[in-house]
Amino acid sequence: MEKQVILNDKHLELTLKRLCHELIETHNDFSETVIIGLQPRGIHVVQRIKEQLQNILKKEVTCGTLDITFFRDDFRRRETPLIPSVTNIDFSIENKNIVLVDDVLFTGRTIRSGLDALLSFGRPKGVELLVLVDRRFRRDLPIEANYVGKAVDTLLSERVSVEWAEIEGQDKIVLYSKENDE
Amino acid sequence: MMNNLSVDHLTGIKDLTAEDIELIFKTADSFKEVINRPIKKVPSLRDITIANLFFENSTRTKLSFELAEKRLSADIVNFSASGSSVKKGETLVDTVNNILSMKVDLVVMRHPNPGAATFLSKKIGAKVINAGDGTHEHPTQALLDSYSIREKLGSVKGKKVVIVGDILHSRVALSNIYCLQKQGAEVMVCGPLNLIPKNMKDLGVKVSSNLKEALEWCDVANMLRIQLERQDETFFPSLREYAMLFGLNKEILDSLSKKIVVMHPGPINRGVEITSDVADSEQSIILQQVENGVAIRMAVIYLLASQIER
Repeated sequence: MEKQVILNDKHLELTLKRLCHELIETHNDFSETVIIGLQPRGIHVVQRIKEQLQNILKKEVTCGTLDITFFRDDFRRRETPLIPSVTNIDFSIENKNIVLVDDVLFTGRTIRSGLDALLSFGRPKGVELLVLVDRRFRRDLPIEANYVGKAVDTLLSERVSVEWAEIEGQDKIVLYSKENDE
Repeated sequence: MMNNLSVDHLTGIKDLTAEDIELIFKTADSFKEVINRPIKKVPSLRDITIANLFFENSTRTKLSFELAEKRLSADIVNFSASGSSVKKGETLVDTVNNILSMKVDLVVMRHPNPGAATFLSKKIGAKVINAGDGTHEHPTQALLDSYSIREKLGSVKGKKVVIVGDILHSRVALSNIYCLQKQGAEVMVCGPLNLIPKNMKDLGVKVSSNLKEALEWCDVANMLRIQLERQDETFFPSLREYAMLFGLNKEILDSLSKKIVVMHPGPINRGVEITSDVADSEQSIILQQVENGVAIRMAVIYLLASQIER
């Protein structure tokens, strides 16, 4: 059940704007930088960031999507096979700065898989991580984000969901308590 | 969409549902992208061991399976009947059980006897993939053939496919008939009538012995090899006569009212069932079939391996 709205649509837009400006601080005009969203939910964050960045910079920003299914560490630990989504990286990442993007950073296992998957496309100059929500103190692996939309303290049993107008009908970030799962 | 296969082993296309085939194709799409990356390997099957048992000769299929397994990071052991204890009189189940006691999770087997893979799947605890059992089925070949048609023409549903050649001795033909029909394609077989089994009409397959007529009807022509090694009697007077009546050459291809897609499961006998200029023409997707074979086999192995309990 919905427990708390962490960010509503106005705040979410402000947060995205701030993240874009933080990115520009480090990456200037994005000539040496590409943004890669993790499937399935990170790609929506990329879509919004790409629009904002292009508005500010007035130029094309290179973006891709990366599926990490085959690199996960829970293969054969689930009831059904993990079915992959689309990877679309039609550019070289060799010597590029990469900003990896996902919606929620929780255990860090997805990001670990994402790093492995990314390296099969070449050797980037550096990799940074951007997430909309950082669920603090819940990491299984030593992974931290460089850019954080909002840090939240949550219980293990709770679920954080980033929702988008084009899919769920409204832009917002919501905290659900466990009863919702039933 | 369903995300688990309805079968525990891949012994034949006959046991698969249309949803299974779609799931395999969707998974293969992702693997096709993987094998075109600079590093063509994923770690999914790190803890799986696969035995490739080839009781019959094979080049393409064996290489294709081996590559697929390696690109999934599985450990593999290879076995071929020549130079093995099979020649010393060991039974199939004994041979396989000995290999399985070395903790093998999945077996890929080619065997000259029809039904060998099904038999084995009932006797052993490992997953079984049929890589061709005599004149019965060759499921991964049919899957990659349909996958290649889907890639070239957008879908298999509603397409007209003619399979030309030695249908009687061909496991590729039978698997293809099942596979194409399950996806809603129309199938015709074409060849010398004594090389076409009597049961074709019962399977809902059209029969023709006129190549030109068959080609005019179809969208895709799958040209099979004449399997001289399986023919224990003479079915036609000479290869030259066969080539004249059922060989696909550029002249017939260009005389058709539309551009058809030409396929061949390999190995090609150039100048017999298909001439060089046709095999190398832009209408031929023979080499794409080989590339897709690796992706399809990766998908099948991945989906079956994910059912293995830890």
